[in-house]
Amino acid sequence: MTGIIDIVHAEYNYWIYTALMMIGFYAMIAKKNLIKKIIGANIFQTAIFLFYISLADITGGTAPIIWEGHEDVIYTNPVPHCLILTAIVVSVSTTAVALALIIRIYREYGSIEEDVILAARKSLQPEFSEYARQKGGEE
Amino acid sequence: MAGFEIITNNLPVLTVVLPLMAGFLTPIVGLIDRRLPWYWVMLATFVILLTTSSNLVTVITTGTIHYHLGGWNPPFGIEYVIDLLNGFVCLIIAFIGFMVSIYSKESVKKEVPGKTTQFYTVFMLLITGLMGITITGDIFNFYVFLEISSLTAYSLISMGDRGDALVASFNYLIMGTVAASFILLGIGYLYAVTGTLNMADMHRLIPNIYESKVVLAALAFFMVGFSIKVGLFPLHAWLPDAYTHAPSTGSALIAGLMTKVGVYAMIRFMFSVFTPVFVIDMTRMTEILSWAAALAIIMGSVFAIAQSDIKRMLAYSSISQIGYILLGVGLANAIGMQGGLLHILNHALMKCALFLVAGAIFYRTGIRNLYQFQGLGRKMPVTTTVFLIAGLSMIGVPGTVGFTSKWYLALGSIDAGQWLFVVIILVSSLLNLAYFWRVFDNIWFGHPHEIEHLQRDEAPLSMLVPMVILAALCVFFGLFAYYPVHYVLEPLSEALLGIGAMP
Repeated sequence: MTGIIDIVHAEYNYWIYTALMMIGFYAMIAKKNLIKKIIGANIFQTAIFLFYISLADITGGTAPIIWEGHEDVIYTNPVPHCLILTAIVVSVSTTAVALALIIRIYREYGSIEEDVILAARKSLQPEFSEYARQKGGEE
Repeated sequence: MAGFEIITNNLPVLTVVLPLMAGFLTPIVGLIDRRLPWYWVMLATFVILLTTSSNLVTVITTGTIHYHLGGWNPPFGIEYVIDLLNGFVCLIIAFIGFMVSIYSKESVKKEVPGKTTQFYTVFMLLITGLMGITITGDIFNFYVFLEISSLTAYSLISMGDRGDALVASFNYLIMGTVAASFILLGIGYLYAVTGTLNMADMHRLIPNIYESKVVLAALAFFMVGFSIKVGLFPLHAWLPDAYTHAPSTGSALIAGLMTKVGVYAMIRFMFSVFTPVFVIDMTRMTEILSWAAALAIIMGSVFAIAQSDIKRMLAYSSISQIGYILLGVGLANAIGMQGGLLHILNHALMKCALFLVAGAIFYRTGIRNLYQFQGLGRKMPVTTTVFLIAGLSMIGVPGTVGFTSKWYLALGSIDAGQWLFVVIILVSSLLNLAYFWRVFDNIWFGHPHEIEHLQRDEAPLSMLVPMVILAALCVFFGLFAYYPVHYVLEPLSEALLGIGAMP
């Protein structure tokens, strides 16, 4: 039992990011509301950012600045931070595009619930209504 | 001459910078005159075509080009590497981009009214993203370009048929975000164990840590991520809707290029970031890939038979054709690999031509249901002939490009001792025949009621020229497959598999 606790405690950052990632992934797949899907995507991406950031950290590390007389300073790895700055920008742009799409979907169908939109699309499709009419005629 | 030298020395980066600058200047050009963006984009894509051709010629004659961005040496700075593989893919991107941009004039005016400037801006940015993915030698830079191309593709698709396109685009966005996040995670894992972001450097370091579970997890994340991006069979759900509802020009560009670049990325990661030994012998990833691809070939064709919307049929056919490319890669022998790589070129030519024809028919008649195509053979003879040639090539009739790559794939399967794959290739050709024949039958042998009223009503010249060029190339490369195979694919496939050195 203590073994498991030790493993979890020693690498708790990875466990947190995995849990967050799964929550986000679940929301993206299972939620019917489009906005909630996007929130899920954001949680998913943020979890990955946390993974990168925790990867860079080192016990007792400070900002990566070296100045005269302090060449032996222990600093965190700055590269993942830079990468994640870029990834955050990407994530924000994705969210922006998604929200713009949701606004236009709402204007088109009057709803942001996936099943309502699906039903609306089905009734709009000419082939489907043709099929439905024939079915209705037979009965 | 000093100015000229600055250009020639910086050609690799110009392949990405030119479309980027052209993209951001498009709105300004559009402000001057609404009609100008078409000329502007055509000029830009033509210049990019020249640049990429020059790059490929340099690679063939003098070997791989390494370009260090801002003079920073790798592995610290970002490096652009052009070898035979991405030189080849870049040329395909530039060529298809140029053809589609010529075609776009009338189609965009009709299908995206009032938004032509925005359309062309996004068009150029999509080309930027694809070029960037292909050309970069830095794994994080790769991710950024992947997202640029994805975001522009979402917005390009959303400009299509009112509501449907929006939902298709949104679904693609969700799937694409999952894929990109997986890829980002894979990059993080590899960075954690190797401490570098340079692809060549990773390739050098990974053999020391073959046993690491992290490397295995990274490979799994990359393969799933790219499988979503290329629409490999069980993960293809976003693809048919997105291709069907995008504007015709957008469909042709996305169908012709997006998945090809995804396949390129898959090959690049499997063989040049990881090692051939790792993916072929140790994890057997290529074998898994070849079976998934075989499934995709059959299922894509079966679904295509059931469709009545021409664009949706072509989209499902795309899923099956991606299967061919990945089958060639998965066979992991030189001949199969040549077939797969050749099919990247072939599929780009054929599928782009077919989508352009579908767009031209929609432009003239407003019809997308293939059962209403009766009499089109009389009405639009040139357009439908292009469809015939590209369709026959898709089936794999000798003398067209489709035959050459299928021939190589069959030889590769025999070489690998996988007779079942030969059977699958043959069965799939018959299925291709089944769904293309329905279209041919309706176009030439179906008689509409008022046949005597039919006037010849051909698509505008700006549409005909790129379609005819693409169809001509389908036949040309079918008869003279020697040139791409001898100069590019033979040395390339051996280098990828680790048998020979990359020149």
